[in-house]
This record gives sequence, structure tokens and C-alpha cells, in this order.
Amino acid sequence: MSTLEERAYKAADEIDERFGSARFVRNSLNKIFPDHWSFMLGEIALYSFVVLIFTGVFLTLFYVPSTAQVVYHGSYAPLRGQRMSEAYVSTLNISFNVRAGLVMRQIHHWAADVFIAAIVVHLLRIFFTGAYRKPREINWTIGLTLLVLSIINGFIGYSLPDDLISGTGIRIAFSIILSIPVVGSYLAFFIFGGNYPGTEIIPRFFIIHVLILPAIIAALIGAHLAIMWHQKHTQYPGRGRTNRNVVGIPFWPAYAFQAGGFFFITAAVLAALGGLVQINPIWLYGPYIPYKVSYAVQPDWYMGWLDGALRLMPSWEIVFGPTYGGHMIPNVFFPAVLLPGLTFGLLYAWPAIERRFTHDNEEHNICDRPREHPVRTSIGVGVLMFYIVLFFASATDVLANFFDTSLNLVLWTMRVLLFAMPVLAGSATYLLTKEVGHKGEVGEPKVPVEIRRTEEGAFVFGELAVVGAGADEKIEPLPEELISAHPTNGNGNGNGHHAGAEATAGSDVDGNGHGHPGVLEVPRD
Amino acid sequence: MTTSKVRPTSPDHEDAYDRPVIERLIAVSFTLSVLATVGLGVTYWLGGQPQVEGALLFVALGGIGVGIVAWGKYLVPQGPYVQERHELRSDDVEREAMHASLGRGLRQLERRSFLLRLLGASVGAFGLINLFPFIRSLGPVPGKSLFLTDWKPGSRLVTASGRVVTENDLEVGGLLTVFPEGYENSPMNAIDQVVLVRPATTDLVTRPGRETWGPKGYLAFSKVCTHAGCPVGLYQQLTQQLLCPCHQSLFDVLTGATNVFGPAPRPLPQLPLYIDGEGVLRAQAGFDEPVGPGFWERGA
Repeated sequence: MSTLEERAYKAADEIDERFGSARFVRNSLNKIFPDHWSFMLGEIALYSFVVLIFTGVFLTLFYVPSTAQVVYHGSYAPLRGQRMSEAYVSTLNISFNVRAGLVMRQIHHWAADVFIAAIVVHLLRIFFTGAYRKPREINWTIGLTLLVLSIINGFIGYSLPDDLISGTGIRIAFSIILSIPVVGSYLAFFIFGGNYPGTEIIPRFFIIHVLILPAIIAALIGAHLAIMWHQKHTQYPGRGRTNRNVVGIPFWPAYAFQAGGFFFITAAVLAALGGLVQINPIWLYGPYIPYKVSYAVQPDWYMGWLDGALRLMPSWEIVFGPTYGGHMIPNVFFPAVLLPGLTFGLLYAWPAIERRFTHDNEEHNICDRPREHPVRTSIGVGVLMFYIVLFFASATDVLANFFDTSLNLVLWTMRVLLFAMPVLAGSATYLLTKEVGHKGEVGEPKVPVEIRRTEEGAFVFGELAVVGAGADEKIEPLPEELISAHPTNGNGNGNGHHAGAEATAGSDVDGNGHGHPGVLEVPRD
Repeated sequence: MTTSKVRPTSPDHEDAYDRPVIERLIAVSFTLSVLATVGLGVTYWLGGQPQVEGALLFVALGGIGVGIVAWGKYLVPQGPYVQERHELRSDDVEREAMHASLGRGLRQLERRSFLLRLLGASVGAFGLINLFPFIRSLGPVPGKSLFLTDWKPGSRLVTASGRVVTENDLEVGGLLTVFPEGYENSPMNAIDQVVLVRPATTDLVTRPGRETWGPKGYLAFSKVCTHAGCPVGLYQQLTQQLLCPCHQSLFDVLTGATNVFGPAPRPLPQLPLYIDGEGVLRAQAGFDEPVGPGFWERGA
């Protein structure tokens, strides 16, 4: 025995004496994790969040959340002598004067973009494999909330430098809040501390961005992971896999090493992006001045669908009564409030909607193959296509320039595609999934098929016998898991019940008659 | 843990995962990481350089990452192993016990439903009333402010630097952003901003009822887009159109900045102008409608 092993045992024993943790630790170390590349998407999001926290803390040390106007005398010559907010000056200083400041700022920005991208792709994986079904509906809800909060926090963080482009974004955000019927103008005035632009929004955005939303996001990530840990991960169908077991690698050491290493790889890629690929060069945009605007105003990618919706919306408004004394539901309400409301409303409700049609109350631990569920898959592809078209619609001006054509043509093409593409893609997906969607038995090994041409010219199918390749090798539990400290409770996770306690557990608890006089006996196992 | 006791009865993992080539690769990976980290230290010490920092961070973090992943994937037991899932649902006896425990308190609450409602009312009232100062301190109520700008009858037009605009300041086809005198540096210039264009040198009438609004070819419109509030900053002289670069709304100048393309739902409000005896451009009056994007309290 090496000294490392001895010391670790001793430390674990010391902790066990204080917390009784031996069984919990053992069960945790023995936990089996199914392995598949698509299970890494959520990990990418998690690790990007960790990188966001590290780089974000660094940035808070130098960023000044203030719209107070000052004249710039810093090291970036082209902007010297211009009036700008302290927020913008501090962002310039982070970029040019703070050691490793620019690389940290750019890693932070890249990590935010990758964070939200990983969440979205993770969500698609969960959707198309039906992994949101019972018992995981609550984790689906938590994950969606994480997406909503991340998009909001991404937008707010993007706004903090107070450059010309992000300032224009804040102006649009004010108009969107303003458009909410009945309460919109009050809401906008309370959030901005008065009419636009005011002086409050940058300091308020700052505290929301660095404290309030990150705290909520961190707590929800904790809950998301704890639930996943407790319910155990889903797995794809395959050899030896059933709805009642998990086949994969043990947490310790294989999974812990691979996941831990993957954190460093994610961080490395984000660092390379942050150092080598320029993002948001705010010094080129100039400070925010309300009457100036820059050409080709595009938000970060995750706001693209909203920007596209704003552009494609026809110039309609709902009006009741005259200008003074009447009421109005403004144009931007429909693409920027109603559409996101419907989008996320539908996503939140999806598990319940599906259950209404399938009447399926069973527990599902095996992921579906998308091809086996034509209806769900084609609805998913169609809806996804709707948002992809909206995303590209946020670049109507860029597309018109690129194809050297009129904005009018691009706009109308996009409006047609917005409704045509989902129908086309959805139908094509439906037909394809119907064609290929053979539903094999869960846990059945894949059987290679041989197609031969006979001498008469006909094609015949034949199943090939599987030779070698470990096909008939038996999958066994971890050897360490077989030694059990409590033989009556071999596979439990610490919440097993003892027969003796159960007998009394259901009995009348109002009885004060037994046990110590005057002391209520509360049965527990 | 008594791991060692099991080993003789199960396949010997340590030998099965004896892979010197992988071990060497991992060693190289970790070594590269150390070298890159030393390089990072030197880079920081010399003053830093973003691209070098990014590349070295990539090698330093990537070296650690690749090494650990390779270790976890090739040098330790991979199984696959199988583990039974525990039943999530508790058995009926346990549930009944839970109901009994819950019931102990719930019955008390049910018996005194009047007190319970009173408790709800007191906590609810406390929360609501104490939310009020918080919400009210966040900002003023809108009142009439969304209907108002700082343009008044006789306001002189000035540029961002405060220079008064006279009738000779713009060539035909020119564009200038102007403000009511005295407000060019106020934060309200976000609302007051006006785009002044000059499509001609003769008096221009954009619409019936606006006969005197465009003296000597000068036309002034609110610069705040009626769609989402961006500054309508681009003037296409050839077609006499103003373009909002945010969502590509187009406004036709000669017909009173009518919204002719894109999502903007209303024309830009026009500011009536006149030229005083000294040749200075002035507003005849303020705007006759609220400027900028729509909101609930306004109608058509």
C-alpha cells in the first residue's frame, strides 16, 4: 500500500467518524455513468459556466458600472478627447491597460456564447430523445429556466460596456418593455429609473449581471445536477441495457477523470478563442451616444431570432381610440414579447402536452431514437426550422449586401421561408422517420444485415451471425459493489427501508400512550 | 473500503491497463502544459500580449485536460459495468407513514381555518405593502412624460456642439442632427433628437395642413424610430428616404417621412419649422404627437 492510499483512507475515516459518510461515499464512487458523446453537451455548458465565473470575477475588479460622462485620456489614441461613460472607459482600460485584461474579456464573451449554445444543443438532445419524460419533467423545467436566465444575463452582460452597438440594444430593450400592454410604460420607467436613457440602467444591470442572476443560475445548476445524480442518467438502448439498469463506466476513477479532464479541454478551447479570435471590439464601435447609430447592428447570436422576428414583422399595430386618450398594442409587442412568451410557454408545457396524447405514465430511463418517434421528431424539426429562419432574418441587411440584391426581396423571401421551411422540413422529417424508423427491442444487440444479389438479379436480406467482438460477453456489476457493508441493502443509495421499522411506520401516530410519557413518538426508519 | 480483498477473484485490471505508449503521451501532455505555463508567466511579466496569452493558455489547459482524459479513458477500468436503478417511488407503507406525519400538522391547520386565513392575510398584506416603497423608489411613474419633448414654439435648432443652425448651413441633400437649444447636452437628447434634411431650396409641403412646415426646403423629423426607438441615421439622397439601420425601416421624406418599408408602423413625426429674421431655423411648435415607439397609453 502506498502512502497516498493510507493517508486517503485515514482522511476518509476521520470524515466518516464525524458525518457517517462511508456508505454515501462508497455509493457515489460506485455510481455508473452511461457513456455517449451527446451526454457531453450539458457538460460543456457546465464548464463554460465555471469559466464565466472565473473570468467574470476578474472583470468585476476593473469594470466601473457608471454612466457618468468623462473625457477619455487613456492609451487608445483614436478615442482620446471624446466624451464617454465611465463604464466604457473602464472597458477600454480592461482591453488595453489591464494585464491579460483583453484575453479575459474575450474569453468571458466567448464562454457566454458557447454556454448558451451548449444549453440549446443539450436541450435539443433532450427533446429529440424524449429524455424529459417521467421522472425527469422537473429537471426539464429547471433546464429551460436556466436557458431563459442565461439569455437574459447574456444580453445584460453584453450591454455593460456601454458602447454604441450595445447602447442601441438597450434602447430597443426599453422599447420592448414599453410595448407590454397596460403595465409596459410603468415597468420600463421602474426598470430604467425614469424615461430613457436615464442614469440608472448600467449600475442596475451590473448588479443583476454579477450577483442576482449568477446566484440563481448557480443554484439551479446545483439542483439540475443533484436531480440527475439522484435519478441516474438516461441511457441509449443497447446490449445489456434495460429500463431498470445503468450500463457504463464507474464514477471513480474513469468518469471523474474523463469529466475533470474535459473541463480543462473546454477551458482550453475557450482560452484559444478568447486569445486568437477577436470578439466584440468595442473600441471600434465608439461610446454610446443616443443620437448616433452604427450600420450593420447585429446582436449576439442567441438574440438573433428575436432581432429577426422584429425585422420580419409587418408594420401593424392594434389601436383603440385617438392619439391622446386612446390605447395601443405596439408593433414590437408581437415579435418581442408574444413570440418569446409562446416559445418558452410551449417548451415548458411540452412534457404535459405529449402526455395528454400518449397517456404515458411510465418511468422512462431509455432514450428514444428520434427516428422511432416521427410525430415528435417532425414537430421538433419544424419548430426548430422556424427559429433558424428567424435567426438568418436578423441579417437581412447583410444578406442583401452579400447577394447584391434589394432589401425588399430579402425581406419577402424570409417572410415566405419563415412559414414554408418549417412545413417542408417537418414533412420531410416525418416521411424519413416513417421510412427508417424500425423500433428494435430495447437491449437487443444490433444485428448486421447482409444484402446479397442472387443470380437471377433479385436482392435478398440475411442477418449475419455475430462472431467475436465481445458480443456475447456478459456485463457485470463493479467488483467493489458486490462487497456490501449491509447485505440486506445491496444496491440501495442510502434510502432503503428496514422491514422492522416499516411495520410500525404506518401505525397511529397520534397515540401519546406509548414510549416516554408526554413525549410524542415520531416513527422513522 | 476493502478493495484489495476482491482482486484475486476478479480480472486483474492493473495489468490489463498497462499501456506504456499512452503513459508516455500523458507525460508529454503534462510536460507541455508546464512549459506553456512557464511561457505564460514570462508573457505576463513582459507586459502581456493577447494572442500569445490565448495560445499559451490553450496549451497549458489543454495539456492538463488531454492528460487527465487519456488517463481516465485508457489506464483505468472502463467496464462497461451494470448497476440496477433503485425504485424512485417509495412503497405504500412508507407513503402512509409520510401521510400520517404530514397529517399531524395539517389537521391542526384545518381545524383552525379562520386563524389560518388570518395568518395568510397578515403575511400577504405585509409583503404587498412593503413591496410598495421598493417599487416606487425604482423610478418615477410615466405620467405625461412619454407624450412630451423639449421642443417649444420658437425653439432654435442647434447641433450637438450647441451651434445655432441657420438657413445656409445645409446644402441640398445634406443631413444634420439637431436639438432644441439648451438641451443638446441633456440626457433627454435621446428623446429630443431631430433629423434635419434639405431635399430642395424651395418651400416644401409634405402633406395637406403642413403648408408652412418646410421653409426653403428644410424638413425636420423626429429621429427616434417609431418601431423600436433606434436613431433613424441614414439618408439616401437618391430616393429621398431615411433608413433605420436597426431593423431596416424606410421613411419617405417628401411625403412626411411616411413608413414605406419594414416594420415601422407609423411615420416619423414632423417638426414644423420657420426661419426668423436673422436666418435662424426655429420650431413653430412642438411635435403634434408623441415621438418614438408605441406604448399602451397612446392611441393612433
